[in-house]
Amino acid sequence: MGRARMAENKKSSQVLQGNEACAMGALAGGITFFAGYPITPSSEIAELMSQCLPLAGGRFIQMEDEIASMAAIIGASLAGAKVMTATSGPGFSLMQENLGFAMLAEVPCILINVQRAGPSTGLPTQPAQGDVQQTRWGTHGDHSIIALAPSTVLECFEMTIECANLAERYRTPVVLLLDEVIGHMRETVVLPEPSSYEIVSREEPASGLAEYCPFECDAERLAPMAAFGGEYRFHVTGLTHDRHGFPTMVPSEVDSKIRGIVDKIEDRADELSDLEEFATEDADVLLFAYGSTARVAKSSVRALRENGVKAGLIRAKTIWPFSTRRLKELAERLSLVVVPEMNLGQLVIEVERAVCGKVAVRPLGRVDGHLFEPDEISEFVMKEIGR
Amino acid sequence: MSEAIETARTYLRPSKKLPTVWCGGCGLGIILSAMIRAIARVGVEKNDVAVVSGIGCTGRMPTYVDFNTLHTTHGRALAFATGIKLARPSLTVIAAMGDGDALAIGGNHFIHACRRNIDMTAIVANNSIYGMTGGQYSPTTPHGKRGTTAPYGNVEHAFDVASLAAGAGATFVARSSVYHARELDRLFEKAIRHKGFSVVEAVTNCYTSYGRLNNHASPVEMLRWMKENSVPFAAAAKMDPEELEGKFTRGVIVDRELPEFIESYDEQASALAENPVAVEQVGNILRRFDAAAERLNPKSG
Ligand code: SF4
Repeated sequence: MGRARMAENKKSSQVLQGNEACAMGALAGGITFFAGYPITPSSEIAELMSQCLPLAGGRFIQMEDEIASMAAIIGASLAGAKVMTATSGPGFSLMQENLGFAMLAEVPCILINVQRAGPSTGLPTQPAQGDVQQTRWGTHGDHSIIALAPSTVLECFEMTIECANLAERYRTPVVLLLDEVIGHMRETVVLPEPSSYEIVSREEPASGLAEYCPFECDAERLAPMAAFGGEYRFHVTGLTHDRHGFPTMVPSEVDSKIRGIVDKIEDRADELSDLEEFATEDADVLLFAYGSTARVAKSSVRALRENGVKAGLIRAKTIWPFSTRRLKELAERLSLVVVPEMNLGQLVIEVERAVCGKVAVRPLGRVDGHLFEPDEISEFVMKEIGR
Repeated sequence: MSEAIETARTYLRPSKKLPTVWCGGCGLGIILSAMIRAIARVGVEKNDVAVVSGIGCTGRMPTYVDFNTLHTTHGRALAFATGIKLARPSLTVIAAMGDGDALAIGGNHFIHACRRNIDMTAIVANNSIYGMTGGQYSPTTPHGKRGTTAPYGNVEHAFDVASLAAGAGATFVARSSVYHARELDRLFEKAIRHKGFSVVEAVTNCYTSYGRLNNHASPVEMLRWMKENSVPFAAAAKMDPEELEGKFTRGVIVDRELPEFIESYDEQASALAENPVAVEQVGNILRRFDAAAERLNPKSG
């Protein structure tokens, strides 16, 4: 790196916390409305949004609970705003109700969940990764979701922008899954220049009121989305609805609605998947991890390699939809996959499903509110391979 | 009559959505038509109205009217409405809710909406029962009256909706009934014109669920009960409590001024934009992002 470049980086580098980086990513990504309810370890996001939004031409509100927070962002999104809320464990449970509404009504919104140890009030506020399957299945009925998981402060920034873009592009709620360590960790970062990232906004209709079909979604084609208060009056309901938005019980219409909201995400699993690979070229043993656990797992890979074990790491940056493609390829030549998670085995279920029994998959869980130690993972691997 | 037909043609959605799901003799249609007449008189463009509801018989109201309409989850209408209004203050936002929706599952949202004073209107259609689910007792079922989950009579006590709204801080509170349809639309009109959070309780009848369980002879007899057992607010002030026993009061109960949420918020934002320290602090964050920097000056609406 040249001297001038280094000096410039030093100037623009800053020490940021993961939660702060999320709020800054939200502002960079064009979020103009935030509603939330205080809960540790996510409150810094709301605090920074409340500080910045009035000066950024947006609005902030602290609602009476997380149910209302989720409702308010959906309302604001329908009125044309780009919207976000942030919460943690117990609040995430309360948000499931209206998360389902946003899925069925196809309303773009971002929900940041800074995971803490549960169930219930659990361990305020130690880290965990216990909400991975809740993110996928927490609300009732058939649905699908997009969820990303950052491992660094810089990724908190970048992925929040990405969440906003995905939400707008696919007219769907998107969850950013942090854990307490990522949310509260401070790192020196150089935020990317605005010209280096893309900002996506929902497609607006051009069809004229009479022809506008706000819910003509299927796997291939997503309907443009008008805003309340513009030129298109339309109906939005949490009842299963036809392409015009009105309730329907016609089996064919119900079927295509539900398949539509699932397929528009699941059919794109490979396209949406973002996996970072480390030392996988010749790997014999694979660690599959995400969030703060993936940081530890990287050290474990190095330690294992020093001990002569050909270990590699896949860090999943996209959690949902879960793409099986790369794991299927690797399964042909791996002898073992270990999935360390700060839960008792959640994403490991998907890994097992992906490899179809072609390779042994072992979960390694930790639920005591503490991060893994690098040795803990490498020792587990050594034991599993009988060394 | 022709004016009524004209209003209906203008504001109701084309025939496919009608007839309504409501039972014959239900008062909800009277409330819906009073709401439409009020909007017509205020003269807001259809594009500039959002009608939001929750779940239950009242929850179906938005389906039939040609505005921006949102049928949300049970109890949450006001929370969704809050987001709509904050994102687009130019919209006239009306939330229509039943008593169970607004006051049981939505009770917390209701009192906080009253407290915040955002310029929206809440219509509470109070029929003292859960109609759609088949007649379970609600937070406004009177003590002793029957519901399918109070087969021997309700041992709980009812909310007084208007007093609750007033106590929680709503800046406009009024009540009337579906018997007094003209009074109802005038109150809706006042509520919509009021700058701040307004609540109108519309006492209504559910013969299907409440009436039959509580020995009312017919929907008409229930309307007659409203006529005979309600007292204008001014007259009630001169009556003693025994005379008012079992009756409800009608009219405007609260009408006061208090800074409105969005006005206060935007005033603060404008002041901040003039404040070099705030602009320095926040500007340093925002200027880095094109999307946010473009909006560094607060918008007015
Ligand atoms: S159940 Fe009661 S409230 Fe519901 S539509 Fe019938 S009469 Fe009206």
